Amino acid sequence: MSNLKKLTKMRLFLPVFSMILVMAINVVYDIASGNAPFNFFTISLNNGVLYGRLIDVLNRGSEVAILAVGMTLVVSASAGTDISVGSVMSLTGGMCCMLLAGYGVTNVSEYAMPLWAGIGAGVLIACVCGLFNGFLVAYMNIQPMVATLILWSAGRAVGLLLCNSQIVYVRVASFQKIGAYVGAIPTPILIAAAVVAIAALVLRFTALGTYIQSVGINKKASRIAGLSSAKIILLCYVICGLCAGIAGIVATSRIYSADTNNIGLNMELDAILSVALGGNSLGGGKFNLAGSIIGAYTIQAITTTLYALGVSSAQAPVFKAIVVILIVVIQAEPVKEYFKKRSAKKAVEGGVQA
Amino acid sequence: MENDVVLKMQGICMTFPGVKALDHAGLTLKKGEIRALMGENGAGKSTIIKCLTGVNKFEAGEIYLDGFEGPITNRDTMDAQSKGISTVYQEVNLCPNLSVAENIYIGRAPLTKFRTVDRKQMNARAKKLMEELDLNIDVTANLENYSLALQQMIAIARAIDMDCKVLILDEPTSSLDDREVEKLFQVMLNLKKKGVGIIFVTHFLEQVYAVCDGITVLRNGQLVGEYTVEELPRVQLVAAMMGKDFDDLASIKPEGGEIGKDAPLVIDAKGLSHAGTIKPFDLEIREGEVVGLTGLLGSGRSELARAIYGADRSQTGTLKVKGKEAHIKEPIDAMNLGMGLLPDDRKAEGIIGDLSVRENIILAMQAKLGALHKIPMAKQIELADQFIEMLQIKTASRETMIRQLSGGNQQKVILARWLATNPDFLILDEPTRGIDIGTKTEIQKLVVKLAGEGKSVIFISSEIEEMLRTCNRMAVLRDGAKVGEISGDEMTQEGVMHAIAGGDSNE
Amino acid sequence: MKKAKLNNNNVLLLITIVLFAAMYLAGCIVYAGKGFTRLQTFLNILIGNAGLISVTCGMTCVMLTGGIDISVGSLVALDCMMMAVGVEKMGMGSPVLMVFILIVGVVFGAVQGFCIAYLEIQPFIVTMAGMFFARGMTAVLSTQQISITSDALFTKLAGTKIEFPFGGYVNTKGILQVPYIRVTVVVALLVVLATFFLLNYTRFGRSIYAVGGNQQSAALMGLDVKKTQLKTYILCSFLTSIGGICFCLNTMNGTVGQATGLEMSAISSAVIGGTLLTGGVGNVFGSLFGVLINGTISSLVQTNGKLISSWANIVTAILLCFFILLQAVFAKVKERNK
Repeated sequence: MSNLKKLTKMRLFLPVFSMILVMAINVVYDIASGNAPFNFFTISLNNGVLYGRLIDVLNRGSEVAILAVGMTLVVSASAGTDISVGSVMSLTGGMCCMLLAGYGVTNVSEYAMPLWAGIGAGVLIACVCGLFNGFLVAYMNIQPMVATLILWSAGRAVGLLLCNSQIVYVRVASFQKIGAYVGAIPTPILIAAAVVAIAALVLRFTALGTYIQSVGINKKASRIAGLSSAKIILLCYVICGLCAGIAGIVATSRIYSADTNNIGLNMELDAILSVALGGNSLGGGKFNLAGSIIGAYTIQAITTTLYALGVSSAQAPVFKAIVVILIVVIQAEPVKEYFKKRSAKKAVEGGVQA
Repeated sequence: MENDVVLKMQGICMTFPGVKALDHAGLTLKKGEIRALMGENGAGKSTIIKCLTGVNKFEAGEIYLDGFEGPITNRDTMDAQSKGISTVYQEVNLCPNLSVAENIYIGRAPLTKFRTVDRKQMNARAKKLMEELDLNIDVTANLENYSLALQQMIAIARAIDMDCKVLILDEPTSSLDDREVEKLFQVMLNLKKKGVGIIFVTHFLEQVYAVCDGITVLRNGQLVGEYTVEELPRVQLVAAMMGKDFDDLASIKPEGGEIGKDAPLVIDAKGLSHAGTIKPFDLEIREGEVVGLTGLLGSGRSELARAIYGADRSQTGTLKVKGKEAHIKEPIDAMNLGMGLLPDDRKAEGIIGDLSVRENIILAMQAKLGALHKIPMAKQIELADQFIEMLQIKTASRETMIRQLSGGNQQKVILARWLATNPDFLILDEPTRGIDIGTKTEIQKLVVKLAGEGKSVIFISSEIEEMLRTCNRMAVLRDGAKVGEISGDEMTQEGVMHAIAGGDSNE
Repeated sequence: MKKAKLNNNNVLLLITIVLFAAMYLAGCIVYAGKGFTRLQTFLNILIGNAGLISVTCGMTCVMLTGGIDISVGSLVALDCMMMAVGVEKMGMGSPVLMVFILIVGVVFGAVQGFCIAYLEIQPFIVTMAGMFFARGMTAVLSTQQISITSDALFTKLAGTKIEFPFGGYVNTKGILQVPYIRVTVVVALLVVLATFFLLNYTRFGRSIYAVGGNQQSAALMGLDVKKTQLKTYILCSFLTSIGGICFCLNTMNGTVGQATGLEMSAISSAVIGGTLLTGGVGNVFGSLFGVLINGTISSLVQTNGKLISSWANIVTAILLCFFILLQAVFAKVKERNK
């Protein structure tokens, strides 16, 4: 009993528990439908590339995982969410493809300028977006949701403008590779892993983590103690923009086109959800990056599982909503308290009987 | 229940996770009585009040209220209010975006026959109520337009208007000046005549003897005793609160406290100012000197210190630190010159609530080093343990979140944060506010010790006695300007008070 | 004393109104040849945004408490789909469906409000789940676009023109065009009036402001903060459902992708209208003008005819940015004056 309690109190309990739950549902489903019980975990080589539901989750979850890194920092430092990331992804894709194809051109099989320049410009504009958001939040003291609302609506619109309201295709192998495979492994998995690893190393070997949390918990006190709260918040938003840029490039490369209307659509919600699922308070302060990452893949696992269960992509949100509500309700303070009281009462009654 | 008793609490027990906050505590209040509720920090004053108003749920004990059969329980503050128990809290708990009248009548606004809010009547009633308190203000203006002191009076007006039997004033005087305190006392005495029982929580001993009839003392969550004022003179009250013989407060200053003119200047400020808060001032501080800043609340004493430290950036003048001209834009610049500031608002500007004691202690040091030079964990632990030991910080462990500590211990952690940076010049703004007498003395001793080690200190406090004990010299502020300095023989209670009050003695 | 009443918040509202007037006037001058000066152009903005006006009123109330409701767009889509499926697939009458839609709105708001107020979950997360749920349920009802054609009353309501006795003109074909509004506009304006009255002259309305001003204080002053929050979210979903019906009367169909991004239009309208996301400050008339400004921008871009439609979004975003910065500057000035 006490071990169980310790377990539930662990910081990573919620994200890991939800992940295991999703996997368990997969196993049950596979047994029920007569597949091999561990179909979900089966990884096979197909046409020289890795194949399987688990790989699919890892692959498709890459963008959300990358976004979750930036979002976690933003939430921690500024007690608010950056709702512009999906829009910025789209802008990045639009910028990148427009440069690679040339303005007004909708379909190319040769670059109009070097690949690195296109990607660089795309990521750069994402960082600029981050800088803009960060400036509004850190230096103008605007609530993060309102500040990022501006780019939420403008980012995608500017992307459309860059692409002249059309879908720009870049059919060049080296560009497609970013969203495809390196050897047998999907490239997005590698990119996500690299982003997460770099973030983890930076947090491990610098005091940035303490700085961010300190500013997130008490901005004024942090300033008096010598931290430049504004700069730290600005930095978090720029990192978030950078992550959105990388995720945008990955998403664009997958479909080797700038489908500005759809790239990163509602992605900000998944990113925020990852952070919440990871056991982080959206009220800022202490954060747990590992939780957010697991949260991101859990969300993808839910989506993939629903598709496997035959739920259409338009209907999937119903289940997503139910899962979200269940998870946050179990986590809610009043609910926890209620169960604590009940178990305490039971313990007392049990004691009397014994 | 006895005839004239309006409220009786007995055997109240309540535990917070890990702490027994109240252990058979109690309180008896008579009709038309002003009763001081006294105790050190952590004695359980706030907790017992929250039990009474329904904010906290207590585990054992009974509350009896005049007019109710048997013990009562309050579900929440609304419930308590409806039974006639009103509270005015330490921090003003009103809504800044509503008008004064609405703040007084929110939740019980007069209605027209169509069940809508009757604004005309509400405003008229509010105006009348404020006039009864000798306050002639526009009750239709938003609360945020008025000073903190006025807001406090409005909060009291709200409580008074609710026909309460029991009025709880939880440290209402901490943000009021003498004149306003006097006005508050008049109001309290008026209410007393009307038969209202008042529970008065305060840190100021003189106020207790100025206005109270009875004193209830709590210690460590237990009821020490209930007394009349006559039964319990000052010294015995302090003894009852502390439960031990405290150190002789007068004997902390070393002999020959004067600092010679030949000691090197650490701070040499000329014409510094911050628009709206402090007019241009000059200030010199020498090595090993403790300089007090004295003046009424709002006189600019905190603001002067903040202008030096860069917490509020100074717009004019020059500042020389250790002889070199300094350009301080942000606190970090000041820190790099060897300064530290312990702010007066501990909760808002001091502690990082959700971080551990360890992280709070190393924070300033880490900030000085920069993000790229993380202090190794082993070193962090060593530092934290060293200061927990040195300042006798009472905490479950070094990894406990600082917000779980009592106020005094939080203050010690912030102090440790600055001591860890080994500063040459420390600004202590109200370091002893709201903390118990034992810790107060410890902090005062520490200040004198630091000065002895050659560090310079600015010491700000609203208690003159405390400053007289620790400071070598005092600067006097009035209305946002530095108006003079006092040292040597002038440094007496009367001398300081005269200087603060202004007039002939100062020119 | 009177001067104190013209505070920053009123100034913000004034700027919003002036800006709207200036923008509209500019449109009249630049696009006079394209008929922008006609009364009907203005009325069309009202007609086109009737649903949004009602939704924004609800959003304003929620934002006044310091909360947010991002489920409104999806709820509108669900409302439209319920109407479409009810009429076309199940053969139900539109009055019954309207009542049903309003009840769904109340229940939906109650569940969200309960999670936010009593389970203390962040509004953003709860309403995000609500958003997913409503959008998904729309798809569960039908993934096809269903046009509403077979309900006579509903079609009549949608087609009814309330004509003005003045402001008519003769068009190129020689037919007299009389300015008109639709039933939805009347409903939307009534919602604005009712919400204004509710916010300013009822205890519940004032409690909304109090909760938004300082939640802790409101609780300590004895207000039932949780109940106020619950009621506000119910109110928001209820007004959104009214907006949903208006929206449906405009589009006369139900489809999964309907009203995407409506929540952000509502939020930006409220912000442009002077509502602070931190709560406690704002009013519905400001929000009305916020919607009108958004509508005017779209109308201008449409009238131009050559511009890509995303220009409307960009201009709205720039305006939003302007207003947000203005609010920030005012807040700073206020701080400094203290």
